[in-house]
Parts: sequence; structure tokens; C-alpha cells
Amino acid sequence: MNAPVTLKDKQGHASPDERERLVVIGNGMAGCRAVEEILARDADRYAITIFGAEPRVNYDRIMLSPVLAGDKSFEEIIINDQSWYDDNGIELVSGDAIIAIKRDAKEVVSASGRVTPYDRLLIATGSDPFIIPVPGHKLPGVITFRDLDDVDKMLTAAEAGGHAVVIGGGLLGLEAAHGLSLRGMQVTVLHLMPTLMERQLDEAAGFLLRNELERRGQTIITQADTAEITGNSHVTGVKLKDGTEISADLVVMAVGIKPSVNLAKQAELEVERGIVVDDDMVTSDPAILAVGECVQHRGACYGLVAPLWEMCRALADFMTSTPSGYAGSVTATKLKVSGIDLFSAGDFSGGDDAEDIVMRDASRGIYKRVVVKGDKLIGAVLYGDTADGSWYFDLLKREEDISDIREALIFGQAFASGGATLDPDSAVAALSPDAEICGCNGVTKGQVVACIDAGANDLDSVRASCKASASCGSCTGLVEGLLSISLGEDYGGARTVTPMCQCTSFTHEDVRRNILEKELKSIPQVMQELHWTTPDGCASCRPALNYYLLCAWPTEHEEDPQSRFVNERMHANIQKDGTYSVVPRMWGGITTPNELRAIADAADKYEARLVKVTGGQRLDIFGIKKEDLPAIWADLNAAGMVSGHAYGKALRTVKTCVGSEWCRFGTQDSTGLGIKAEQMTWGSWMPHKFKIAVSGCPRNCAEASIKDLGIICVDSGYELSVGGNGGIHLRGTDFLCKVETEEAALEYIAAFIQLYREEARYLDRTAPWVERVGMDYIKGRIVEDEAGRKELQKRFLFAQSVHQKDPWAERVGGAESHLHKHIAEIRPFTVLEPA
Amino acid sequence: MVDAKWIDIGPVEQLPALGARTLPVQGGQEIVIFRTATGGIYALANKCPHKGGPLSQGMVHDTSVTCPLHNWRISLLTGEALGEDKGCVPVIPVKIDAGRIYIDRTAALAGAV
Ligand SMILES: Cc1cc2nc3c(=O)[nH]c(=O)nc-3n(C[C@H](O)[C@H](O)[C@H](O)COP(=O)(O)OP(=O)(O)OC[C@H]3O[C@@H](n4cnc5c(N)ncnc54)[C@H](O)[C@@H]3O)c2cc1C
Ligand code: SF4
Ligand code: FES
Repeated sequence: MNAPVTLKDKQGHASPDERERLVVIGNGMAGCRAVEEILARDADRYAITIFGAEPRVNYDRIMLSPVLAGDKSFEEIIINDQSWYDDNGIELVSGDAIIAIKRDAKEVVSASGRVTPYDRLLIATGSDPFIIPVPGHKLPGVITFRDLDDVDKMLTAAEAGGHAVVIGGGLLGLEAAHGLSLRGMQVTVLHLMPTLMERQLDEAAGFLLRNELERRGQTIITQADTAEITGNSHVTGVKLKDGTEISADLVVMAVGIKPSVNLAKQAELEVERGIVVDDDMVTSDPAILAVGECVQHRGACYGLVAPLWEMCRALADFMTSTPSGYAGSVTATKLKVSGIDLFSAGDFSGGDDAEDIVMRDASRGIYKRVVVKGDKLIGAVLYGDTADGSWYFDLLKREEDISDIREALIFGQAFASGGATLDPDSAVAALSPDAEICGCNGVTKGQVVACIDAGANDLDSVRASCKASASCGSCTGLVEGLLSISLGEDYGGARTVTPMCQCTSFTHEDVRRNILEKELKSIPQVMQELHWTTPDGCASCRPALNYYLLCAWPTEHEEDPQSRFVNERMHANIQKDGTYSVVPRMWGGITTPNELRAIADAADKYEARLVKVTGGQRLDIFGIKKEDLPAIWADLNAAGMVSGHAYGKALRTVKTCVGSEWCRFGTQDSTGLGIKAEQMTWGSWMPHKFKIAVSGCPRNCAEASIKDLGIICVDSGYELSVGGNGGIHLRGTDFLCKVETEEAALEYIAAFIQLYREEARYLDRTAPWVERVGMDYIKGRIVEDEAGRKELQKRFLFAQSVHQKDPWAERVGGAESHLHKHIAEIRPFTVLEPA
Repeated sequence: MVDAKWIDIGPVEQLPALGARTLPVQGGQEIVIFRTATGGIYALANKCPHKGGPLSQGMVHDTSVTCPLHNWRISLLTGEALGEDKGCVPVIPVKIDAGRIYIDRTAALAGAV
């Protein structure tokens, strides 16, 4: 431990010399820097005394993270050692905090009772860490991350090993987590927001960071709201509001800081969030100045050192000679976690007239986003390669006109300063034959040219023959360049197939293939790996990606409710007036008096405006308010009914006729088969809505020939046909095959649905899909390939085993209840009523 | 507390990223508060300028929302329809202070009886 360093006290008597007495409260980064700046300008002007609450000399606080991580020792981070104070005649009183400022008498009082007069006073008290006042926050073992004592406590705890929980996934929290995990603790980071460091990073960069930290063994829980810290004599764990419990031997609170303003407040200086200062860092009392994290300048408080340096310069200019005035700062952030390069500066929240330029290089783990407004750069986020951070930051601070280099801006300084607009084709032509074109598959220029010479004449055939550009696709431009150089006139040009949407150059098929090959399991991951050009996609690609992921990885994908269309998010149909309609499932079109009564009661109770029999033989209850949805579902659930998915890209209805049970023509039990089919398939998400019908004989009363899948019962079995549609383009089904037993019929149904689920584009009904791929293909997969059919069936049933859930019941159970509630309510002439 | 200009409507965390919550105004137009992926908070009247679709139920991406009825895209910053479409929804000024959302009283009550 460091012994307190206290100079012999001069008993507060006026100095023998006639110099002005400057007293500094705070021996931290800003306080000492201010003194250095003053000394540099006029070493003899003031008789200086510095008070510090910490029992040590001035050190570099931002280096506490490396000390914790073991990269530095305390000695290495000292900025000014005792001899600096001595040499400059500064009196340091450390380990003795100031407890009062007496403005009338112009003196300060310390905790030990010492009274020191001043002519000018400088407040540089920094900030205090925020402590969330949850039960248990005072238990031993709960600490903050602010000074060397905190680091010492963490190091002592780490020696014993065990679990550390860090509350707060911002800059400080992540640095603490990194340090503790290097010191051998198991670390869990709890973060309230969905994205780590959400103030500095956008979602994509936050996602990459999270992946990397998890890869290093930390557990990251986002949207984690701490309810309680548990333990009797020492912390034992943390409990979240959702009930999760995490065991802990150490809890570090790093949820934010607030300017330390108590002293100033008691002295009745003007204080808002911080101590209010003008451009010369003077407070509301002309004899008192303030710098650092404790101040508020032009409405802003800062939590980084760069602005403090600027403040200290302005302060010193004012105190020694000609005021220069501080005009506020733009800040940039870097994360000091070894091996992770992260940079963020300015504003990247976007905006109407702001334009995002995004570059993603998945193979090198790089993400860059710059935001341009008019002809200026206003923000930048870099992950993986921060070499150009300072260049961007400089452009941003100097508000430089970037219109000339705009095209090349995202590629960084080396490229943009090159200036010349490179012709991409000549750049490819200049490459040597063994230059690598496709990093994913290790294909050289020579190999691509060879496969073009061997007959490949478009991108798809190159992809098929030598695999270049077939994986992440980032080299597509290069391959197209080679095609156009090698084939000249004969090259048909870039692919004409339509990309999925404007956010990507990939087709639906490309995206699905990549999801499987690269095992992509969340939307941000797909966007990163496949070089999406927009920060968070659009209303067209997001629902598609969500579906592709859940289809590919039924148990592992990360569901994104915000990427579901309103009907699926609300589990009801939105109608033109903004109310909803609700359709309970009626298996095979059959109902009971009890169900009818429950529907009638619900319709009365929730003031339905219409009850209608649908084309799929169900009852649709119209005009239900968003707030009433959970209640009406609860009532219908209680009567034994489940959601009819009438709102979803999902299995809708199985329409039946009465078949052999009642009809004089019926050949088989069409109703019974319909019910079995519905019980097998309900709840399955699909590229689009999906309907089945079963008719008991060729008279086809259930209209099976215009459904996605139709079954006509005949004496000798069941005729299956697919791809029908009664919608905008009326289309009859195509015959698939005939089977003999119900069991076989169900197997074929499952296999066909799974093939459609796995291969159709999102929002393709079966009709256009069947037309595109052809019945021969479908018969080949379902009828001729028995093993393949059984595999498809197996995958379908597996997905059903996890996805076949009644969404109404989950909501009634309280899931996502905020979707049905207002945030608050405003009444004009009374007070606001929180809902 | 009743503040003259700004109404406190609760903590920011009540809004999921890329999500929205509604705020009915007695005798006036319902308001919707949005949150973008990067944490930006915006408020609009909850009514699409096209056929009155509830924007609160649309999908948020970047700084726009796509109306759930007919896919019009509305800017969260200006309330204007983007692309080919023409029309504008009232924007209600919002500020965030110490993690709480405040909306402009006058704009929120505009049109309320
Ligand atoms: C672990 C950590 C990592 C950081 N990393 C970075 C980074 O990478 N980049 C960056 O820009 N910034 C970083 N920061 C922030 C940076 O350290 C602060 O912005 C900077 O230290 C603020 O300087 P200051 O002088 O205002 O406050 P401080 O440096 O906190 O100094 C205030 C001093 O005043 C003393 N004091 C308070 N009250 C009294 C009193 N009544 N009497 C006497 N003394 C008192 C305190 O003990 C303290 O020593 C980090 C901070 C921490 C804690
Ligand atoms: S399809 Fe045949 S079995 Fe079914 S109701 Fe009509 S006539 Fe009867
Ligand atoms: S009502 Fe909004 S797009 Fe039609």
C-alpha cells in the first residue's frame, strides 16, 4: 500500500510571500493538469495548495483498467510523483478531503479540521459512481470502479477466485469485466440495454463486441434489470427482475457516474447536473473556478479526459494572461480491452438528411460505419480496424468538407487521400494470377480465369465450378470484373437475379444457403456476415431473415419480435380501423355448443362488432381493442380453444367435408383425416399462409383443388395435390401422388410442408414456388426419394416439437405484456396518469 | 411534478429497441413513442397520413417506421412520408433527461379539448 504523502502543514497562516493563494480541491486528472498548465504559463503567480481525498499522489485514472488487468503497476501510472510537488513548491494535502467551502471568509475546511484560506479556489472533484439503490447494495463485496482502492479490493477478491458479476455493460463495466476475467474470475456482465455500450456503439458493432467477449468466456446478459443483491454478511448473488439468479462472490457496479457537486451545492454555487461554469471555467462566484468531470459547461457534462485537457488550457489562459475561452468538446471513445479494437465518435444515430455508409468485412471481422450529413462527417463507428479512427475524428472535429472524398471515405485515409477514382476493372486486371480473389474458399485469380476459360460465363457458373464468391460474397465484384475482362462483349453483365431487397446484393436463396453453411443464428449476424448495406435492414428483409433463421435452426435461432409483422407480433389480425380480429382454432371445422357459447360470450363481453364465418370454416370475431386482446384470449383459452393463427404466415385452416361418417358419397373419413392433419401441422411458421383441405370424394365439397395442399379421398386411398391458390391468381393444384393409408398421407403432407418451408422464398405462396421449381423437382424430392421424404418429415416434426405452442396462452401468461399497454396517459387539465 | 413545458412520461427502459409504445391523450390524438436501434427516442401522432394506420404497430428501421397497413414509410424525425408517398404526421418534441422521457406539453395537447 502507498503511505499517505502529506507535506508538513503550514498551519494555514498566510504565506510569507505576497503571492495569490490558489487552493485546489481534487488531486485527480483535471486538478493537477490545471496546475501544470498554470505553472507552464506563469510559475510564480500563485502559492498553490492541493487537497486530495485519496491518500496518494496524482495518477492516471484511465490506466486503472490496465492495472486491474495486470498490464501495468501502480508506479507506472503515476503522473506526478512527490518530487514534482516539492520542486514546484506545491503543498499536497492527501488523504484529507475538504468538507466545506466558506465563501464569505474565503476559506476551506478539511475533514481533519484544517482551515485553509484562498484568494482563488479551484474545484476539481471529479465524479461519483452511481449506485443503484437495490436491496443489498451496501453488502460487503459490492464495489464500484473509480479509484485505486477499488482496484485493490477487486484484486483481493480475485485472488480467491469465484464468480464476479459486473452490473453495467458500458466502457467501465467491460474494462472491469475484462480485468477480472484475466485475473481468473468467472465473469457475468449484466446490461440493462439490448446492446453493449449503446451510447458509443450501434447495434452491429455492439453485436460483434458481445460475440468476442462471449468467445473469451464471459457471460453477457442484456436487458437484465437488477432487482436485488442477495447475501447476509457478504454478497452471494444477484437477482434480476425476471427472476433469474446469478451467484456472485463480488459485484462491481459500473452503471455510470454523476458529477461530484455536494461541496459546491452546500456553498450555494450555481449547480445543475454539474457545477455551472462559463467559458473561462468560472463558477457563479468569481473567486471560484471549476474543471473536470464535476462541471457543466454550456449544458454538457463530460466523462472523458480529452475535454478536460481543453478546459484546463482555457482555465490557465484565463488565470495567467489572456482568456481564450473553452467552447465545448466533441468526444471519441476507445475500449481498452486488449485485442478488441473499437472506436466511436460523434453522432451515429442517423437522421433524415444523414447518410450512412457501411462496410462489413466478415472474413476479417471488420465493421465500419460513417455518417455523413451534407458535406460533413458527423459520426463514425469502427470495429476490428480502428487505424483510421483518428483521421475520421479529425475530419469530424474540424468539420471538414468531405464531398471530394466521399466515395472513398469508408475505405480510410490511405485510400481516400489517393484521390483518383480507381477503375475497378483495371485494378483487377493488374492483379497477379496468384492473388487471392475469394478468401473464404481460397480461390486465386488464376483459378477463376481458368474456370471462365473452361466455359463458365456468368457468376453462378463460376460459383458452381470453382466456388469463388459462393460463400460470403464479398468478392463478387472482383469475380464479375474477371468475367468482364475475360469474356469482353460476351459477358452478359452482372447477374440479373433480383436481390432480396435494397439492403443486400444477395438473393433469397443465397441468404438461406449462407445461413446454413455459416451457421448464422441471429439477424445482426446475418447482416454482418453478408455485408448488409443498411444498419438495421428494412421492413422487407427483416421478417424474411427472422423466418429463415427459425426455419434453419428451430431450437437455436435468436428470435427477433421487432422483425415480425404486426399481426404476428400481436397474434391477431389488424383491421383497417386499427382494431383487431380474433379467430380461435376449430379442428377440421368442427365445433361444439360449449365452444360456440364461449365465442358468443366473448363477443358480447369485448363488444365485438361482427362475428363472421370465414372461408376456412372458422368464426372470426371483429373489432377487438388492442388492450383487450390478452383478456379475450384468456377467456377463449379457458374454454379449451387455441389461437387459429389466422394472422400468421403459418398453417391456417384445414377445411373438410363430412365424408364417410355422414355423406352418402363419402369414401373415407375426410373430417377425421383433416383433424389429424391440423393437429400435426398447427403452429408451424411458413414462408406464407398455408391452407389444407380434405374432401371425402371427387365431388370435392371442401374445395381441395385450390388449396396449398389438397386431399381427395377415393375408394382405394388418398389423392394428394399441391400448389393451389384461390387468391388473386386462381390456380388449381397439380397432382402429386396417390397413397393408400392415412399414415402415408400424413407423412407426405409433413414432407411437402417442410420442403416448402426450407426452400421457398419468404412471401411466396406454394403456387408461384411450385411453378418456379416445377412438379418434377417436387415429385423427385417427395415421391421418388423415400429416404429424403422421411428426413423432411423428421425435420418438420422436430421443428413442431419446439414451435407448436399456443401464442395466446403465452401472452395470457404475461409474455410481452407491454405490447398491449400504453406507456402512460395524458389528461389535459389534471396530472399525468401512468398507465 | 407538473413542469410547465415538458411532461414526464416515464423511464426510457420501458421502450424496447426498435419498439414503440402508445400514449393516449384524453380528448386528443394518441401519441406513439419510438425507440431506434441506437437508442434515439421520437414521438409522432399515432396515425399514418395515408389511411390512418397505427404507426405504433409498424416496423422501425433506422430512423423511420413502416406503416402496418400499406407499408408507407414515415420519417421519425420529420413525420414526413418517404419515397414516392406524400403526407406528414405531427411530430411531438421529445427530450431525455436522466433516463426519463419528456414530451412537449403544447404539442402533445394540440387539438385536445
Ligand atoms: C477505470 C477508469 C477508466 C477510464 N478510462 C478512460 C479512458 O479510457 N478514456 C478517457 O478519456 N477517460 C477514461 N476515464 C475517465 C477519466 O478518468 C475521467 O474523465 C477523469 O479522471 C476526470 O478527471 P477529474 O479530475 O475531473 O476527476 P478525477 O480524476 O476523478 O479526480 C477527482 C479527484 O478529486 C478527489 N476529490 C473528490 N472530492 C474531494 C474533496 N471533497 N476533497 C478532496 N479531494 C476530493 C477525488 O478523490 C479524486 O482524486 C476512466 C475512468 C475510470 C475510473
Ligand atoms: S366431397 Fe364427397 S364426401 Fe365430401 S361432402 Fe362432398 S360429396 Fe360428400
Ligand atoms: S394507412 Fe399507412 S400505409 Fe396505408
